[in-house]
Amino acid sequence: MAVDIPQNVQDLIGKPQYEEKTEFPIEVGYVFNTCAAVQNGNPIYWDAEVADQIVGGRIAPPTMLSVWFRPHYWSPGAEGERTALQTHFDLKRLLDLPEAIVSGNEAAFGEPVRMGDTLTTRQIVRSVSEFKQTKLGQGRFWTIDVETYNQHGEWVGTESYTCLGYRRQEVAA
Amino acid sequence: MMASVNLTAADVKEGDELPPLSHAVTATTVVLGAMASRDWRPMHHDKEFAIHRNGVKDIFINTPNNAAWFERYITDWTGPKGRLGRMKFKMKRPVFPGDTMVFNGRVVRMSVDDSGCQWVELEVTVSVDGQVNTECQARVAIPCDPHDNPWQRKASRWQP
Repeated sequence: MAVDIPQNVQDLIGKPQYEEKTEFPIEVGYVFNTCAAVQNGNPIYWDAEVADQIVGGRIAPPTMLSVWFRPHYWSPGAEGERTALQTHFDLKRLLDLPEAIVSGNEAAFGEPVRMGDTLTTRQIVRSVSEFKQTKLGQGRFWTIDVETYNQHGEWVGTESYTCLGYRRQEVAA
Repeated sequence: MMASVNLTAADVKEGDELPPLSHAVTATTVVLGAMASRDWRPMHHDKEFAIHRNGVKDIFINTPNNAAWFERYITDWTGPKGRLGRMKFKMKRPVFPGDTMVFNGRVVRMSVDDSGCQWVELEVTVSVDGQVNTECQARVAIPCDPHDNPWQRKASRWQP
């Protein structure tokens, strides 16, 4: 572990946080939107009969795993911007790094996500790097795992995000 | 709807190249992908924000949409019985409106696990103007034979 990490950030590493359920049951409209956005004509997503034959019913593309946990942009009673991957924004704040990008993504996929499923997720900070100089500015890399289970307790996937939080380079006048 | 292929182990060998896929990216491509993945962050729809806050030249394709493009590319090749087990990618440069993305892929390894599942390890890239923007390693299960179906695997018979 890097030695210059603040204690309040070190305390987060390895600790499951933000267990939450999907805000709505998994539904086919978003599956169609996703497939349309990338022109994915795979018939298991478009043809109910093919889906029944091959997968035992309609499912979502595995790479949609993170889609189900992004909050609506607005909802009644919510204040301020609603964000997914809250641990990422926590790290930006705790490390005082105002800008951030996702630099890498790894995912493993388990049980297929089916229409009507209710999913539960939790976030775990796996690592935070020491300060590094990058092309975008000085910052740190961190890795966050997001583990997801369905309503039967079956593992449906884990996504691992590597992010760079940074301060923009000051440009000399 | 595209004609359905169904690749099996007999059709694939290490070193095989996947057919390239080319797509001209517009602002609509970027925004469609961001909205479909429920990613409301402004750098994927607000050019001024992308320029002044992110220090890049335009809005750019977001991470989950990048994954969806890779999935589409891989399952176009395998057919509907291809089941993604694992995917890892590293974005070296953003993809912007005006870019033409070119996907290329290669079979780097084939293996059968102890449950009899046929795995294909792939290296896939997205390039713009001959420069690699994103590198991806994927592990996808395909049928061992025409009677096999990786989607029927559960629990210990599914080892992604």
